Amino acid sequence: MRVPVSITVNGVQHQQEVEPRMLLVHFLREGLGLTGTNIGCDTSQCGACTVHLDGVSVKSCTTLAVQADGSEVTTIEGLAQNGDLHAMQQAFWDNHGLQCGFCTPGMIMSAVKLVEGNPNPTDEQIRHGLEGNFCRCTGYENIVKSVKAAAGAGD
Amino acid sequence: MTYVGKSVKRVEDPRFIQGQGKYVANLQLPGMAYAAILRSPHARARIKSIDAEAAKNLEGVIAVYTGRDLVEGIKFSGPCGAIPCGFTPPDTKVPTHHPLAVDVVNHVGDGVAVVVAESAYIANDAVDLIVVDYEPLPAVVNAKAAAQEGAPQLYDEISNNTSFHWTLGDKDATDKAFSEADHVIELDLINQRLIPNAMEPRAVAAQWNGFSEEMTVWTSSQNPHIIRLLLSGFTLGIPENKLRVISPDVGGGFGSKIFHYPEEVIVPWVARAINRPVKWVASRSESYITDAHGRDHVTHCKLAVKNDGTFTGLNVETYANMGAYLSTFAPLIPTALYITLFSGLYKIPAIWGETWGTVTNTVPVDAYRGAGRPEASYLLERLVDLAARELDIDVLEIRRKNLIPKDEFPYQTPVAMVYDSGNYAALIDKVEDLAGYQDMRKEQAAARQDGRLVGVGMSGCIEASAPGPSPVVTSLGSAIGLYESGIVRVHPTGNVSVFTGSHSHGQGHETTFAQVVADELGLPMEAVQIVHGDTDRIPFGTGTYGSRSAAIGGSALVRSAEKIREKVTKLAAHQLEAAVEDMVYDQENGTVYVKGSPDKSKSFAELAFATYYAADMPEGMDPGLEATTFYDPSNFTFPNSAHIAQVEIDRETGAVTIQRYVAVDDVGKVINPMIVNGQIVGGIVQGVGQTLWEHGLYDENGQLLSGSMMNYALPRADNFPNMVTGRVETPSPHNPLGVKGAGEMGTIAATVTIANAVMDALAPLGVRHLDMPLTAEKIWQAIQSSQNGGSN
Repeated sequence: MRVPVSITVNGVQHQQEVEPRMLLVHFLREGLGLTGTNIGCDTSQCGACTVHLDGVSVKSCTTLAVQADGSEVTTIEGLAQNGDLHAMQQAFWDNHGLQCGFCTPGMIMSAVKLVEGNPNPTDEQIRHGLEGNFCRCTGYENIVKSVKAAAGAGD
Repeated sequence: MTYVGKSVKRVEDPRFIQGQGKYVANLQLPGMAYAAILRSPHARARIKSIDAEAAKNLEGVIAVYTGRDLVEGIKFSGPCGAIPCGFTPPDTKVPTHHPLAVDVVNHVGDGVAVVVAESAYIANDAVDLIVVDYEPLPAVVNAKAAAQEGAPQLYDEISNNTSFHWTLGDKDATDKAFSEADHVIELDLINQRLIPNAMEPRAVAAQWNGFSEEMTVWTSSQNPHIIRLLLSGFTLGIPENKLRVISPDVGGGFGSKIFHYPEEVIVPWVARAINRPVKWVASRSESYITDAHGRDHVTHCKLAVKNDGTFTGLNVETYANMGAYLSTFAPLIPTALYITLFSGLYKIPAIWGETWGTVTNTVPVDAYRGAGRPEASYLLERLVDLAARELDIDVLEIRRKNLIPKDEFPYQTPVAMVYDSGNYAALIDKVEDLAGYQDMRKEQAAARQDGRLVGVGMSGCIEASAPGPSPVVTSLGSAIGLYESGIVRVHPTGNVSVFTGSHSHGQGHETTFAQVVADELGLPMEAVQIVHGDTDRIPFGTGTYGSRSAAIGGSALVRSAEKIREKVTKLAAHQLEAAVEDMVYDQENGTVYVKGSPDKSKSFAELAFATYYAADMPEGMDPGLEATTFYDPSNFTFPNSAHIAQVEIDRETGAVTIQRYVAVDDVGKVINPMIVNGQIVGGIVQGVGQTLWEHGLYDENGQLLSGSMMNYALPRADNFPNMVTGRVETPSPHNPLGVKGAGEMGTIAATVTIANAVMDALAPLGVRHLDMPLTAEKIWQAIQSSQNGGSN
């Protein structure tokens, strides 16, 4: 059985028929070829697949494509505008906030929402806010620095 | 321009921060089919029958194959060989490892059958429809229990499940040291099994061209050439000149992606069988039961000490769990990367070490960040701390008393290694200063007065990085030399492509290697492009592990760049009608001129073009500008460190809070301080993961109890304070860059630093030692037990 969905991703509306069990992350990666959203686990722990769904950060491995029907989704590919990096992307680059890069899209998407909700976060608030995103490379310290820098840039 | 030594921003980052990483899972080819693998739910069982009819009949399923199909071959895809072990000390007994099990499964997760279908969803549905009749067999999971009488015997050819027994040192001298010792500090410990958890699950894709009989395999690997060699020579049997292995962007490895895995055989075999591109991507649950695990030692060790704190002998016996099969480098880890490090930073006149490598019904164990060296540092630095406590000597002072002095390098240890360079006393002075150690102790004393459990821990650790030269590593048991390749190709317009056999999976080689080559040639970094990870583009390389890339891969590039400089210098001498000896190659500006006449210089681009124009060159000079080097190092390098941490334990819950962490490391010369610091801090966090939370825990039946991210506790952002890092720099004389290796030192040092800090916090309660992971529950139990008059 397939059901029709209409999902706006990075400003472009997509209409497809999907299996009801299809995860949003598979819709993005396989249905639309937007492979920037990575899959790091199958238990909703790692946060690599984080995207924005109607302005809220969600783990797209725990969201069905049908749940996003009629919604607006932003992925890492939709963050830069007109070729200009988002302040969070720039901050990750400037502060060595990534090594292998696999957790990075999810980490950046989570961090963007963290700073939107709390424009002047302390280190502790950043660390707490990102505890749902695993990074195995950086030890998190430069990610915290990056988020803080991006928050400062937004002032 | 000078780039080396500067924190240049990474050139690889723009693609990652914009979601354009080229991971294997992202690969999409026309006509692609998807594989899923049925895995054993039993630790050990005989396969009585496999019924795949229902799976084959599911709409969208293309084929189902079993282990027997792979071993015997089918019409379009010939038989597969067993997966070999690439490091076998003399007399090692190697169990047969088929890509998919034939007759008997030997660990939970052992592959039994592969389904290939039109989508990954269908392939996974079909896996659930395969019915296997298993006859469960008795299993063994503990490394030491496996070697005892009465244990289930896994393989006829491996008596007592003991694959190898390896020893090093002087037993008689060590026995004598213990018989004469004032104090003998003994410890039984378990260095628990870890699961690497690179964030990118492994993935393999393959495409077969039936007309040219060429195969391309994409795999998330740290060393594509070794995978090609093993595929060609042992498992898949396709000649190397028709086999291309590509490791594009790889999302972390930490050792776990060094090895030749069954899926690297299964996926191309299936692609050839059905003549379509095939992709397999591990789920995280699959990663837990198929990625090689790390550590897993059962150890008895003892340190002989004089009354004044001088170490006189060390004796260590270890049972090392190899898992069900010998993974690619498995026997190397608890032998030549372990016992050889037992001297640590110290003069210990007599050392004896013995390792029994045993097979068990668990996932194979192999190199994981640090690989043997954290295990060595852990036991030594725990013993040193216990000695300090028993003799009532400060933990810094007992270490200072035994350090190898800086004027004794090169230093021959009693366990084969010759240390290259170091200033260990300076390390300890610096970490004491940066940490404010004396104040920490005062703070701790005050906290103890208030009944708080505050601990200060330190470690001084040695690492052996960048293994080599090849005659040494092959004599130890390596099936291949450990040199590295590097091509510097200068194009006619003067920009440069660099091809390295090293592989970057987060380390930032595209930046650091460009810094090195740009400096060597005097070019802007933008003129230098680094290429890696594709066997059709780069010469045979041996990959990235053992913190070897800068020391060996980087050195290959230095040598190739030297050859380029030499050629263009000769050419400039010819064109400027001067003697070669009178020429100056200006590495600041990338120009060549006659001594004293820099105004009449030839630019690098002019000279590069002249080699391709090839009309005005000295007699005998070949056209073109390209140099290849296979660099074999003269010895290992020996990074070293001194770390101090302060922790506090919540008496009510047993939870540990890390209050301060101070790390001083000597990784030799530093190419990019920002990247090195990232490696050190990331390494520390991974090391602390072992101390406090991580545990690949099996029950006695061989079921993995921590088989997902829900119950295998990985370090999170809110578990750590910001860290303080410092550096002592003693260049290694073993390579032209003077580098030592930065990838593993943090992990090696952090594990035991935090363990020592926690034990220090618990000292007032009489707790002597607890095995890792030092979970809140375990510490709480120890607190309760001590309050009830018990002791540990």
